Amino acid sequence: MSTLVKEDLFENLLESAPANFTEARQTAKNLYLKSGLPAPKEEEYKFTGITKKLEKSLDNYNQANQLSVEENLIKESVFQGFEGDVLVFSNGKFLQEMSSTIEGLEVSDILSSSAEIGSIAKAEKDAFAALNQASFSGGISIKVPKKTKIEKPILLLSFNGANDGQVITPRFWIEVGDFSEVTFLDQSISMGEEAYFVNKVVEIKGGLNSHINYYRLQNESNQAIEISNIETDIQSDARFTSVNISLSGDMVRNNLSLNLLGSNSEGNMYGIYLLNGKTHVDNHTNVDHTIPHAESNEMYKGIFDAQSRGVFNGKIFVRQDAQKTNAFQQNNNVLLSDDAIVNTKPQLEIWADDVKCSHGCTVGQLDEEALFYLQARGIGKVQAKGLLLYAFAGEVMEKIEEESFKNHVVGLIQDRLGSKF
Amino acid sequence: MLTIKNLHAAVEGTPILRGINLEVKPGEVHAIMGPNGSGKSTLASVLAGREEYEVTEGEVIFKGKDLLDLAPEDRAREGVFLAFQYPVEIPGVSSTNFLRTALNQVREYRGQEPLDAVKFLSLMKEKMKLVEIDQKLLSRSLNEGFSGGEKKRNEIFQMAMLEPTLSILDETDSGLDIDALRIVSNGVNKLKSADTATIVVTHYQRLLEYIVPDYVHVLYKGQIVKSGTKDLALELEAKGYDWIKEEVDAAV
Repeated sequence: MSTLVKEDLFENLLESAPANFTEARQTAKNLYLKSGLPAPKEEEYKFTGITKKLEKSLDNYNQANQLSVEENLIKESVFQGFEGDVLVFSNGKFLQEMSSTIEGLEVSDILSSSAEIGSIAKAEKDAFAALNQASFSGGISIKVPKKTKIEKPILLLSFNGANDGQVITPRFWIEVGDFSEVTFLDQSISMGEEAYFVNKVVEIKGGLNSHINYYRLQNESNQAIEISNIETDIQSDARFTSVNISLSGDMVRNNLSLNLLGSNSEGNMYGIYLLNGKTHVDNHTNVDHTIPHAESNEMYKGIFDAQSRGVFNGKIFVRQDAQKTNAFQQNNNVLLSDDAIVNTKPQLEIWADDVKCSHGCTVGQLDEEALFYLQARGIGKVQAKGLLLYAFAGEVMEKIEEESFKNHVVGLIQDRLGSKF
Repeated sequence: MLTIKNLHAAVEGTPILRGINLEVKPGEVHAIMGPNGSGKSTLASVLAGREEYEVTEGEVIFKGKDLLDLAPEDRAREGVFLAFQYPVEIPGVSSTNFLRTALNQVREYRGQEPLDAVKFLSLMKEKMKLVEIDQKLLSRSLNEGFSGGEKKRNEIFQMAMLEPTLSILDETDSGLDIDALRIVSNGVNKLKSADTATIVVTHYQRLLEYIVPDYVHVLYKGQIVKSGTKDLALELEAKGYDWIKEEVDAAV
């Protein structure tokens, strides 16, 4: 354990943490100092050398100051076709005065909220979750009351950039009452070209029979390093769906954990990574079936060009009590270049004996025969490739229920694949 | 329309075609027959531009252009159509979307306006009748879960949509039952005109009862060793290929 390094890097950050949630912060700080940042060969970060990356890419490990965000910038940054409410963040800090007021919603700055910090995303599970809990300097608490349907999607729009400090530590607390429905779109915009590090935690507490969609678009600058821990508790008859689209960044690690805590609950995790350059994206997912009669579905598709790298690790736990579980997992990858790398690992631990579980991971290349078939019908090579790759990724895009966001993502992906059809 | 001169081609260094000469004129139907492994499908693939075949010698002139110089998509746009022996299943790509993309790229190359959705659909309906193909098939992903016969019919349907000048049917008859063979052949025959030509690659004479060739060529060891009329096909049907093999091998 390289105790020296970890204290060197984030000592100031921890020292300058805001003076609230002191107990939660102190607990997390102790855990963090005990574990330190992931060592080079640590299993959970084996393929994602985040510690080294942070040491190499950053030189100011202090909290980045708030950036000035103008009305116009917000307008320009909201994607075309979006009709909904926008909540704005600047380097993690919630800008209430720039944000929509959403009827039926209780919204406040995380620092002055009654969020149950660390009750869902536990600090002991991950060094970065602990680091965030000890040092978070901004974020939001959103509470959807019982039996409320939030009709329009809510865009959580974050502006991130280095500003007298390169570390950004946002924390979201989302509580959705029984029988309520809400869709979140989480997107960040990079400001400036300087490297920065986002260490984000999102805790989602879903009520009975609640329906929550959390869609995320990661297309930040190629200087952005990001670690996120998103964890959600799903109660009986409730459904939670995450769709994560990763298109760029320097090094991105997404830890997504779903806890199925009530019967007839459903947790869905879908994702696309479509990468080029030297972008490195690591999706670590974890679904915990603790009770009988719950279902989880997972499908991640990766397309890797140039020297990009993808990591997928999908853990599924089916506890002894969790009979009649349905758990499905799929991770398919296409490598477009000899220099691209993908590491994929399904990890199922099943203690119950009456369950349906399946998993499949594939890594391959573009089907040359299919490509030739399309070309032989007059379709140009670039477009034929695009058509095939789009078809490959399309299955995931179909899971996005919010039309405007889906159209936006489809457009971005078609642009990246070099063709519209 | 098509002139093949002394064409040699190899796969991974192994020569397959060893000097093919063939002249195809508008309005003609040529049958290429021969025993397994004689190079029939290789010839079809080389003409369509499949990458793994390396042309080592010779030339192919199509409508005055050096065909071997063109990318596969440009050959298609120029009017060469290969009906695949094994049509590829492509999940996630809808048949309709695929065909519309293909047709409009071909039209663009030929300096024609792209077809809008309405015109495209009415053209599709018209051509569907030709090969008696069910609309339900076309609402699915391209060839996905199609039976062998359905795939072959879909090939001819695509041919009808793209209106090629030179159609190459690579063992289109293999695996078809008699009804399917009749439907596929009818489609091909209806698409024939004085301006178009067809090369039928087949192992059996059966298909040639439906698509009647003007010329029959026998391919053996990568060369055309015998040419004749449709009667040659009947002779092959009756006597098999052994007598030709013996003739050729004796001459060598």
